[in-house]
Amino acid sequence: MSAHLKQDKPVTSNRLDGMSQGVIGKPLSRIDGLAKVTGTARYAAEHQVENLANGVFATATITRGEVLSIDKACALAMPGVLAVVDDDRLTTRAAQGTAGEAPQQSPAAVCYWGQPIALVVAETFEQARDAAKRLVVEYRVDHDAPLDPATAEAEEQVDDTVNQGDLAHAMAGSAHSVDLRFETEGHASAAMEPHAAIAEWDGDRLTVYASLQMLNYNIAEIADALGIEEENVRLLSPYVGGGFGSKLGISQESVAAAIAAKAIGRPVRVVMSRQQVFQCVMRRSETAQRLRLASDRDGNLKGFGHEARVSNLPGETFAEPVLQSSHFLYGSENRALKLEVARIHRMTAGSVRAPGEAVGMPALEAAMDELAETCGIDPVEFRLRNIPDRNPEEDLPFSSNKLAECLKRGAEAFGWDSGPRSPCQTRDGEWWVGTGMASAARVHAVGEAKARVTLKPDGTAVVATDMTDIGTGTYTILAQIAGEMLGLTIDEVDVQLGDTHHPRGPGSGGSWGAASIGSAVYLACLELREKLAERAGTDEAKLVLKDGATADGKSLVDLLGGEPLSRTGHYEPGDVEDDYTVSGFGAFFAQVRVNRHTGETRVDRMLGAFGFGRVLNEKTARSQCLGGITWSIGMALTEALLFDPNDGHLVNCDLAEYHIPVHRDVPAVEVVMVEERDPVASPIQAKGIGELGLCGGAAAIANAIYNACGARLYHYPMTPDRVLSALPG
Amino acid sequence: MRSFDFQQPAGLAHASQLLGGRGAKGMAGGTNLTDLMKLQVEMPQTVVDLNRCGMATIDPTDDGGLRIGALATNTATANHARVRSGYPVLARAILAGATQQLRNKATTGGNLCQRTRCYYFTNVDQPCNKRKPGSGCGAINGIARLHAVLGTSDQCIATYPGDMAVALSALNAVVEISSGDSHSRSVPVRDFHLLPGDTPWRENVLESGEIITGVTLPSPVGARQIYRKVRERSSYAFAMVSVAAIVEMADGAISRADLAFGGLAHKPWHDPRLSDLLVGARPAVALFDKAADILLENAHGHGENDYKIPLARRTLVAVLAEATETEL
Amino acid sequence: MNRAIHVNGSDHELPDDPRVSLLDFLREQVGLTGTKKGCDHGQCGACTVIVNGMRINSCLSLAVLHEGDSVTTIEGLGTPEAPSPLQAAFLAFDGFQCGYCTPGQICSATAMLDEIALGWPSDASDDLESGIEISPEEIRERMSGNLCRCGAYANIVAAISDVAENGR
Repeated sequence: MSAHLKQDKPVTSNRLDGMSQGVIGKPLSRIDGLAKVTGTARYAAEHQVENLANGVFATATITRGEVLSIDKACALAMPGVLAVVDDDRLTTRAAQGTAGEAPQQSPAAVCYWGQPIALVVAETFEQARDAAKRLVVEYRVDHDAPLDPATAEAEEQVDDTVNQGDLAHAMAGSAHSVDLRFETEGHASAAMEPHAAIAEWDGDRLTVYASLQMLNYNIAEIADALGIEEENVRLLSPYVGGGFGSKLGISQESVAAAIAAKAIGRPVRVVMSRQQVFQCVMRRSETAQRLRLASDRDGNLKGFGHEARVSNLPGETFAEPVLQSSHFLYGSENRALKLEVARIHRMTAGSVRAPGEAVGMPALEAAMDELAETCGIDPVEFRLRNIPDRNPEEDLPFSSNKLAECLKRGAEAFGWDSGPRSPCQTRDGEWWVGTGMASAARVHAVGEAKARVTLKPDGTAVVATDMTDIGTGTYTILAQIAGEMLGLTIDEVDVQLGDTHHPRGPGSGGSWGAASIGSAVYLACLELREKLAERAGTDEAKLVLKDGATADGKSLVDLLGGEPLSRTGHYEPGDVEDDYTVSGFGAFFAQVRVNRHTGETRVDRMLGAFGFGRVLNEKTARSQCLGGITWSIGMALTEALLFDPNDGHLVNCDLAEYHIPVHRDVPAVEVVMVEERDPVASPIQAKGIGELGLCGGAAAIANAIYNACGARLYHYPMTPDRVLSALPG
Repeated sequence: MRSFDFQQPAGLAHASQLLGGRGAKGMAGGTNLTDLMKLQVEMPQTVVDLNRCGMATIDPTDDGGLRIGALATNTATANHARVRSGYPVLARAILAGATQQLRNKATTGGNLCQRTRCYYFTNVDQPCNKRKPGSGCGAINGIARLHAVLGTSDQCIATYPGDMAVALSALNAVVEISSGDSHSRSVPVRDFHLLPGDTPWRENVLESGEIITGVTLPSPVGARQIYRKVRERSSYAFAMVSVAAIVEMADGAISRADLAFGGLAHKPWHDPRLSDLLVGARPAVALFDKAADILLENAHGHGENDYKIPLARRTLVAVLAEATETEL
Repeated sequence: MNRAIHVNGSDHELPDDPRVSLLDFLREQVGLTGTKKGCDHGQCGACTVIVNGMRINSCLSLAVLHEGDSVTTIEGLGTPEAPSPLQAAFLAFDGFQCGYCTPGQICSATAMLDEIALGWPSDASDDLESGIEISPEEIRERMSGNLCRCGAYANIVAAISDVAENGR
């Protein structure tokens, strides 16, 4: 029996606030935590499967062309080698998030340097790795594949194009304006767990232990790639060692493991090397952006222009949605927005944590800082003056907009000095010290979600869904929602995730997981409460459940009467999406120091204030914000994919040379949570959290660099060489 | 990783004999060699475990210096009381490199033999004259962000990536090399590494069968010792530029100035002209600039690494100013 | 057992293939998958284990080099029933998210507290010769060999500081 809600209207009942257990929102430790800290949580490659063979990819050493032949005999003659799989069904690119169908296949057609072209399977990992590296491949090479995003042919993403009023006129006629060009480099998700799969067949039935974010879509992608029915596939991802977009869609390893396992009649494990994860899963596109902003004398925006150029492989539909929040964050009647995607032969560009805002907001917010300076207005105040009442392009109301409150509360908590600002005012030895701030925004989304909640005869509950927990805290918040609704402690709720035999959830991605699957659990619990209320002889609305019993002392065990009680909650996004603009908002504040001799920048402290609906768990929500802010530091200072200009291969394809932040890069970080109830965002009034923390944070650091030392930079990351070249005098 | 024959000789003589064999490589901490073997950059036919050959002690020498065994770990060296008190530039350089986990395994000898981080060297599907003579250099017309600006050739622009050896160069340490029981020789660290020239695959003076047995430091000097490393992130990153400096003042003038540089060349860079200029002179910003002019006289970049020239200048000037307490 | 490695107190025979890293030996042959493979090249620290009291990257060390060594992995530090003080602190302070770097962080932190107690200096130490003053900056520098992509660093430092202050 299922409880269904398609959200065509705001849900203002805020039922979670009326419950009695008192676990919702509380900073409780993760229920999956003990398994993780003791090393007993099993990730994809770690499941114990008998008679396992190991597969390692051989990858293309050309940019574009065709595999003419592979010397399989030579490889098969090597010790332990069982098979060389170059089946036409092998996938060659990562599927984009929510694709639900096979990505590009046919490995003989090479579209980028490093593309998997075959899988070598052997008894041991060492044997497979050696043989894969030594595989002799003959190619036909297509020369002159476009590699440079600045010069390659580009397509306009017309859905993103906005032309309202007359921006050129506003730029020419306004008291103040800036016309700035920014560049951001490509980024890698670099989840700590490399992509991995173990595939095992039982007749026609396939089981894959996978490291994936969205099983509901991934199962369809795998079935489609293999040409089998989804019913014959089971995916298991109880623990996922980070995703950050790179595991939204399937990558090459899961289908390859399945094909190989069928071919040799044994389970096969494929784990990508770190270099392969970098070279052939996906990248965040580099961007070239132009910001044109104009304001009147009082700092009211009169013109807003944001254009961006990104890149992807030919045939890919994804274009880094750089302008996503620019469409509504600030008001101005004269607007021009345009996004174009250049077609080049680097590995697939796709979703990396906070696609769009992660790179669009740092450019916008650095431009806002420069315009505020030109206007002579404090940058916090400048933003406060430009928060629109309604979405300025679609004339829609915001479901809620906590930007002003975040700016004010953040400034206060940080100790922001709103007095006149000019650079090069504070020195500490050989370091310039300065502060900066930026707004945060990230669109909110929800997806269709189903979850089953079962009350067992002993009065404990089981929540089951194929939803994943990629570090976000899903296990724990679902226990809190069910516990709150059913009057149980979180220890009494067994949450079972990452198994496609369970009802299907939306998966983890785009910060939509908690609000979507949380709502499904909530709906299932509401129905269970109906049933329990009936048995207790009261109305659901009056039913008080706490610590396993009703207010008048009827225990759940008695109400259940020795039988389990189960309901499936089914949540669907609805028409309410068309009536509101829904987004998380926030503000970042940073203090940095810049070495006057070497240009090295260190972040002294950072604060983020965020409004993202209901907080389901104060501890894990804060951790999500800390994570986002840590990414902001990497984006601002260190992270850049470097591509060879001659063949387009990624040169810094490892964790030594692609610099994600280390412990020492991350200072004390403060998080201010501006709680609210957003009735449009979801029936549990929660919005996404996981990405907002990096949507603009890099600009707070960039603006602080300028305030510290007077170097205005327009190129992220702001490495010492770039800072030095922009230092005044 | 290719298959190999694994040998565990019990002494130096046997190890040397094994290392004289074709395709043999010695392994101490293994942090660099294992990494490169996995990538098939290194494909030894025989791996000779050197860990049973002694050579791990750190002992005073008769003339007041210090001898650091080839198998002493970086951790043991950096933690050694005499290194901390008498050779702080060495302790600082070691601590600025890698991580505690790596320093716990990495050894003196292995660290001297550490191979470049050039992206084209570590990617066997790219051209590299160092790895595959005659295949070309991917970096010269490719991405050269890490690369050398001094002493390069048209064959190779790779850098020596380590920190410890930069300090050893400033300290004018001497490398002891043995070829078994019969023969040993001493080579100043400053002469141990080679420039790429037409033979970029030859990175140091070690001949087949030779083993580094230790490094000897001269007696300590009461000078100001500084190791300054500029890097992209605040820890766990290779140097963009590093400077090791041992500077002493007497009567308002510089009486000693031993400098070495990391991140700039195929070897820890030492230019004797800098001491000639600085010793006897009174510290001044103009003097430091002149030193930088001399250092960088023949420097040239390859695009992405052009920044190293101004960065080396500024870092050198800052270090000299710090060492001589001169206001900049 | 003839040629063995002692892992968490019990002996395990060395692998036949000398190519096998200590990491793969632990994960595949001993069956202790708590030690993680994040990069396999000494660049992330997820594989950190404690060998004869010293933390190392198990991915960069051949198993055959460890005959007779004592290896402690995350499973040897504590169990779900009896977690170590650092394991408990990581849980309490939410010093992890996806959990994949976590065993390495905890093994590293366990050894690191010993190193500080022994007075080992770090790049963050002002003075090489006097004792080490434990501080967030010292912890951050000493833990920088353990990458965390989820961005749990601030909570990890809080967890370690708590154990350092309140005893182990």
